[in-house]
Amino acid sequence: MRRLSAHPDENDKGKNMADPMKIRATVSGDVCEIKVLMSHPMETGQRKESDGKLVPAHFIQTFNIAVNGKTVIDGGCGPSVSRNPVFAFKVKGPKAGDKVTVSWVDNLGEKRTDEATVA
Amino acid sequence: MDATRRTLLKGIGSTGVLAAAIAAGVLRPTRVYAAEYNKVAFEAKDLAGGLKGIGAASPVDSKDIVLTAPEIAENGAVVSVTVASKIPGTSSIAVFVEKNPMPLSAHFQFLNGALPEARVNVKMGQTSLIKAVAIANGKAYVTQKEVKVTMGGCGG
Repeated sequence: MRRLSAHPDENDKGKNMADPMKIRATVSGDVCEIKVLMSHPMETGQRKESDGKLVPAHFIQTFNIAVNGKTVIDGGCGPSVSRNPVFAFKVKGPKAGDKVTVSWVDNLGEKRTDEATVA
Repeated sequence: MDATRRTLLKGIGSTGVLAAAIAAGVLRPTRVYAAEYNKVAFEAKDLAGGLKGIGAASPVDSKDIVLTAPEIAENGAVVSVTVASKIPGTSSIAVFVEKNPMPLSAHFQFLNGALPEARVNVKMGQTSLIKAVAIANGKAYVTQKEVKVTMGGCGG
């Protein structure tokens, strides 16, 4: 039973990429913690449907996090990053009110960019 | 202000000076596009290929990389991995799951004040070593931890 919950069912798939990322950036002292949740199926290309057909690979390949337009994280992902990827990083320097921009590009060339403000 | 501008304009006349200015970080080219996808490293089918792909062919064992991952993962589809490097000059961190079909999971470059620390959720097909690699000043370091998976997260 648990096995089922590990994979998205049909209703859960595909719709989520249009969802905005959840970005939380909070300053404590001089360090800002940036947490990002991206909505993406992250299909490995190795998973089979119940009819035995392979589900084509579909996963985020690169992402970028910038604070006030300056890149702080350049990330690369393989298909083994979990579905709806969650990342957390720490950056020295950002202050409340600074703008955090996160963008990703997947293997099909689809893109998404979202913004948040440092709290 | 004006003097700087003069110098810059003169510099542009001579490629050598311009290159020197870029090298010195005076004229840092603005990043517009995200870094290119490292296809070779991410599509490597074994650990050695993945390591080589990120320029870390023979990493040295280090206790200065702190790798946090569960001992046992009941659900291989979501295994939370945190890596923090205490090695001075760490510019990037990569996470490998040795027994996954393509071991390299994620690779992060730290720029402009980012601390060499990252958390990522990865899928694990089976019980495997997780290897965290840090690259500092062109040298590669590694630490590892075994995560037991009771239910895989990669197959069908």
